[in-house]
Amino acid sequence: MPAVSKGDGMRGLAVFISDIRNCKSKEAEIKRINKELANIRSKFKGDKALDGYSKKKYVCKLLFIFLLGHDIDFGHMEAVNLLSSNRYTEKQIGYLFISVLVNSNSELIRLINNAIKNDLASRNPTFMGLALHCIASVGSREMAEAFAGEIPKVLVAGDTMDSVKQSAALCLLRLYRTSPDLVPMGDWTSRVVHLLNDQHLGVVTAATSLITTLAQKNPEEFKTSVSLAVSRLSRIVTSASTDLQDYTYYFVPAPWLSVKLLRLLQCYPPPDPAVRGRLTECLETILNKAQEPPKSKKVQHSNAKNAVLFEAISLIIHHDSEPNLLVRACNQLGQFLQHRETNLRYLALESMCTLASSEFSHEAVKTHIDTVINALKTERDVSVRQRAADLLYAMCDRSNAKQIVSEMLRYLETADYAIREEIVLKVAILAEKYAVDYSWYVDTILNLIRIAGDYVSEEVWYRVLQIVTNRDDVQGYAAKTVFEALQAPACHENMVKVGGYILGEFGNLIAGDPRSSPPVQFSLLHSKFHLCSVATRALLLSTYIKFINLFPETKATIQAVLRAGSQLRNADVELQQRAVEYLTLSSVASTDVLATVLEEMPPFPERESSILAKLKRKKGPGAGSALDDGRRDPSSNDINGGVEPTPSTVSTPSPSADLLGLRAAPPPAAPPASAGAGNLLVDVFDGPAAQPSLGPTPEEAFLSELEPPAPESPMALLADPAPAADPGPEDIGPPIPEADELLNKFVCKNNGVLFENQLLQIGVKSEFRQNLGRMYLFYGNKTSVQFQNFSPTVVHPGDLQTQLAVQTKRVAAQVDGGAQVQQVLNIECLRDFLTPPLLSVRFRYGGTPQALTLKLPVTINKFFQPTEMAAQDFFQRWKQLSLPQQEAQKIFKANHPMDAEVTKAKLLGFGSALLDNVDPNPENFVGAGIIQTKALQVGCLLRLEPNAQAQMYRLTLRTSKEPVSRHLCELLAQQF
Amino acid sequence: MSLGNIRQGKLRLQKWYLATSDKERKKMVRELMQVVLARKPKMCSFLEWRDLKVVYKRYASLYFCCAIEGQDNELITLELIHRYVELLDKYFGSVCELDIIFNFEKAYFILDEFLMGGDVQDTSKKSVLKAIEQADLLQEEDESPRSVLEEMGLA
Repeated sequence: MPAVSKGDGMRGLAVFISDIRNCKSKEAEIKRINKELANIRSKFKGDKALDGYSKKKYVCKLLFIFLLGHDIDFGHMEAVNLLSSNRYTEKQIGYLFISVLVNSNSELIRLINNAIKNDLASRNPTFMGLALHCIASVGSREMAEAFAGEIPKVLVAGDTMDSVKQSAALCLLRLYRTSPDLVPMGDWTSRVVHLLNDQHLGVVTAATSLITTLAQKNPEEFKTSVSLAVSRLSRIVTSASTDLQDYTYYFVPAPWLSVKLLRLLQCYPPPDPAVRGRLTECLETILNKAQEPPKSKKVQHSNAKNAVLFEAISLIIHHDSEPNLLVRACNQLGQFLQHRETNLRYLALESMCTLASSEFSHEAVKTHIDTVINALKTERDVSVRQRAADLLYAMCDRSNAKQIVSEMLRYLETADYAIREEIVLKVAILAEKYAVDYSWYVDTILNLIRIAGDYVSEEVWYRVLQIVTNRDDVQGYAAKTVFEALQAPACHENMVKVGGYILGEFGNLIAGDPRSSPPVQFSLLHSKFHLCSVATRALLLSTYIKFINLFPETKATIQAVLRAGSQLRNADVELQQRAVEYLTLSSVASTDVLATVLEEMPPFPERESSILAKLKRKKGPGAGSALDDGRRDPSSNDINGGVEPTPSTVSTPSPSADLLGLRAAPPPAAPPASAGAGNLLVDVFDGPAAQPSLGPTPEEAFLSELEPPAPESPMALLADPAPAADPGPEDIGPPIPEADELLNKFVCKNNGVLFENQLLQIGVKSEFRQNLGRMYLFYGNKTSVQFQNFSPTVVHPGDLQTQLAVQTKRVAAQVDGGAQVQQVLNIECLRDFLTPPLLSVRFRYGGTPQALTLKLPVTINKFFQPTEMAAQDFFQRWKQLSLPQQEAQKIFKANHPMDAEVTKAKLLGFGSALLDNVDPNPENFVGAGIIQTKALQVGCLLRLEPNAQAQMYRLTLRTSKEPVSRHLCELLAQQF
Repeated sequence: MSLGNIRQGKLRLQKWYLATSDKERKKMVRELMQVVLARKPKMCSFLEWRDLKVVYKRYASLYFCCAIEGQDNELITLELIHRYVELLDKYFGSVCELDIIFNFEKAYFILDEFLMGGDVQDTSKKSVLKAIEQADLLQEEDESPRSVLEEMGLA
C-alpha cells in the first residue's frame, strides 16, 4: 500500500480500497462492495447519530464505489447534510459527491441550492470557491435560475478575492453555456471587460474565457474588449520569458492566456487602424519567434510555443485581410508539413485547409501539393491521411484538378473504410466542378464506381446521369464508355444502373458500330439482369422499353423477355407491374405514340449539385466552403453550369422512377399554411408551404448572384470629380464615441443633421438609386470666427476601398463665421460591405487644430431596391434560403413605443418593399428587396414580428449572402 | 470536455463538463477507451471522434484524455494535460497510479482547482498548489487525531 500522503484521515477508506484491489475475481469484488454497501446503509439508518467525520468517510466510500462503475441509490441526503458542516473537509467531500453524482434530482436541488446560497453569502473565500465549483459542475437550469443573477455581482464586486473572481467568471461561463437566456446582460459587462487589465494573470485568463463566449452572442456589448485584449497580448508577447514568473510555461510567456486572447479577437473583424497596427506587430512577433532556435529541447516548450502560433495563424486566416501575414503563415505551415512531430504535421494540414480558401494565400498553399500528396500516400496514421485528403480537396482548382483527382482515386483503392464514402463524394465534386472536357468527368465517375462501387451513393450516380442528359456533347462518349465498362465480367451494380440508364437514352449514338449494335447492347445488359437487385432490375426494364423505341429490331426479343413468366408473374409488385405495363405499351401503342412517350429525357433543371449538399450534411455547414465561397471562378458557372450555388431543397428525382416521365408532375403549390394565425410568434415559414422548384424560372434569378445590369446612370455623370483624397488610415483619429448612434439615426432616413457641437453643424441630404448614390454634406460654421484649413475627407477603413467607391469634391479651405459650405459626394457600391466609410473633418479654429471623425451614413441598405411579390413567391424564396448561415435572427426589447404606422415607415425607409397579405398574422411585417451592388445582387427577405404584450420584437432576415443577413439584422434591430 | 485516466480498460478518474446521462456517459467512456487503446505509439495525439476532437497522452500506465470542441486549440490542451500531471506529481511527489487510486478525492480536488466548467482556472502551478495546501491545512486543523482502533470502529 502506498504511503498515503498529506492531510489524510480516512484510514477506513484506504483499507476498503485495499480490500477491493486484493479481490481475485469480479465476483469477490462485488461481494466485498455489497458488504460495504450494507454496512454503510445500516450506519446511515442506525439509531446512533453519525458524527460528521463518519458521514464524510461513508460518503467518500460511496463515491469510490460509484466511480468503480456501480450504481449508488442512497447517501445523497447524507452528502447534502455535509454541505452545511462547518468543517472544510466535510463540506468539500459533500460537494464532490454532489458534483459527481447529482444530475438534477429536483427535490435535492432545492436543498443543495440552499447550502450553496449560504456558502456564497459566507464571505469565506474557500467556501465560496466550493459553492461556485458545485454550481459549475452541476450547471443545471435550476441552478442557473437560482444563481445566474447573483454571480455577476460576486464577479465584479470590489472586495472579491482574486481566486473567487476566477471561479465566479468560469462559473458564470458554464451557466451561460447551458442557459444563456438566464444570464442577464447589464452594467456588470463593462466591468468584466476591464478585468482584462487586471494585475492577476489568473483572473485575466478566467475573464478572457468568459468574455470570448459572451462576445460571440453579444459582440456589440463587448467590443471594447478588442483594444484591451490587443494591448494585453502585446505585453505578453514582448515580455522576457522570466517576466511573468509562474505564468511562464517552459520559457513561453503565458501560453494559455495568449491562446485565449487570440481566440477572443476572432470574435471580431480586424480592429481600427491604430489597434490594428499593434495587433499586426504582435502577430509578426509570434511568427518571428517560430523561426528562433528553441529555448528548450522539451516538447512542452515547442508545444506551448506552437499552440500560440497556430492560434495566431487562425486569427490571421479569420481576418483574411493582410496578404503578407497570410503568406508568412502559409510558409510556416509549409515547414511544419515535413516536421518530424506527427502532431505538427496533422495541425499544419488542418490549418492549411482554411488558408486554401483565402484568395491571398490560395496560390501559396498550392505550392505544397507534392508534400500533401506524399502525406496521403505515406502517413501511417489514418487521421493524418484524412487531413491530407481534406487539404487536397480544399486546394483544388482548375490548374491542378486532374492531378488531385487522380491521386485521390489512387488513394481510394487502399483507403480506410471509414473515409471512403467521403473521398468518393469529394472526387465526384471536384471532377464535376473542374471538368474542362466532360469525357474526363465521365471517365472519373466510372472509375469511382469501378474502384469503390459500394461507397458510391445514389447522389453520385444520379449526378452523372443528370450531367450526361444535359450535355449532348458528351452523350456519345458516355454511351461508348459505359458500354466498354460493362464488358468487365464482374462489374458493380452501380455501373449496371448507370450503364442501363445511359444506353436506354443514348445507346443509339453507338449503335452504328457493329461491335455495339442494338442486339449486342441488349444482351450485354441482360446478362447482368439476374444478378441485380430489384431496384436495378426495375431500371433495366425501363431501359428495355426504351430500346423498343430506339431500336425497333429488338422489339421481339424484348417482348419475349417481358412476357416470360419470371417477369409477368414476378413476386415483386414493382417488377411485375413494369413488365405488364411495358409489354402492353409496346403492343398497343402506335410507333408515334411510343416515340412520344419514350422520348429522350428533357434536361434536368440546373441546381446545386446534390453531392455537394450531401457532403455538407456529412461535414456540417462550411464543409464545401472551399468550393462555393471566396474564389469562385467566374468562368466556372458557364462551363460547369451544373454547380449552382443556389441551395435547393428538392430531392433528386430517382431515374428509375421517372424514366418514362409517366409519373405525375409535382403537385401545384399548396397554399401557405395558415394555421396558428392567432399564435403571435408562430413560424409559419417553416411549414410545408413552398413547392419544390421546377427549374430555372425567371424569378429564380432573384436569389442568385447575377451579373449586374448596366447602370442606368454611368459614372460619367459625375462631372469632374476630384479623386477621393485618402489620407491613409493612420492619419485620422477613431470615430467619436457617438458615431454609431449618429449613424443609426440615418439607417432609415436620408436627410437630417448628422452632427452638431458648439462650433460646427453637419447636415446631410442624400439620394440613392440602384448601386449609386449622391450625398450633399452641409458644413455650417456656428461661430463668428473663420475656420481655416478646413478639410473634410472620406476614408475607407479596411477592405472598404474595394467595396465602396466614394468620390468627393474639395471644398473651400476657409469657412467664414456663420457661413455654410456644401460638399458633394458621389458613391458607388461595388459589392456588399459591412462598415461605413469614415468622414474626417479637420480645421483650425482660433489657432487650435480641431479634428473630428464621424461615420458617414452610408449603410448597405441604402442600395436596396424594393421588390413586390405575391405570398406564394415569397414563401418559395423564403424556403430556398433555408441554410442556417443565410438566416439571421434577433429577438430584442422595444426601445420605442410599438406603433404599427411608425414601424411601417421605418421599414419603408430601410428600403425594402412591405408585402401585405403574406404573413397570416396581420400584426407581422414582411418585406423583400434586392441589394444592388456593382458586382452582385443580393436578394433579401425580412420578417418582423412584434409582441406587444412582451414589448419585444423578433426580426428574421434571410439573404443569399451570409454576412449581409447578419449585418442587415443588426442595423434594423436598432431602429425599433 | 471530459478527462479520464484509462489503464487496461480501467477508468481511474472522470470529469464531465457537459450534462450527460449516466447511460450515455458509460457508453462514451467505453467507446473512447476502445478508440484510444487501439492507437499505436508515435501516432498523432489528436483524433476526431463523434463531433469532438480527442486529445490524449500516455504517462506510464495511464492515458489522459480530453475531448474538446472543433475550434479548440489542440496543442494547448495537450499541455493542459501535462500541467495537470505536473500538479499531481508535485503534490504526491513522483505520482504513480496507486496515488490516484487511493487518493482519488485529492486528484479531483486538484483537477477542480485547475479546471472549472472545462476551462482553465489558473495556469500557475504555485497558485493551484497553494490553494490545495491551504485546504490541507484546514483539514489538519479541524481533525483531532484518532487511534487506529477508533478508526476501525472497535473503540
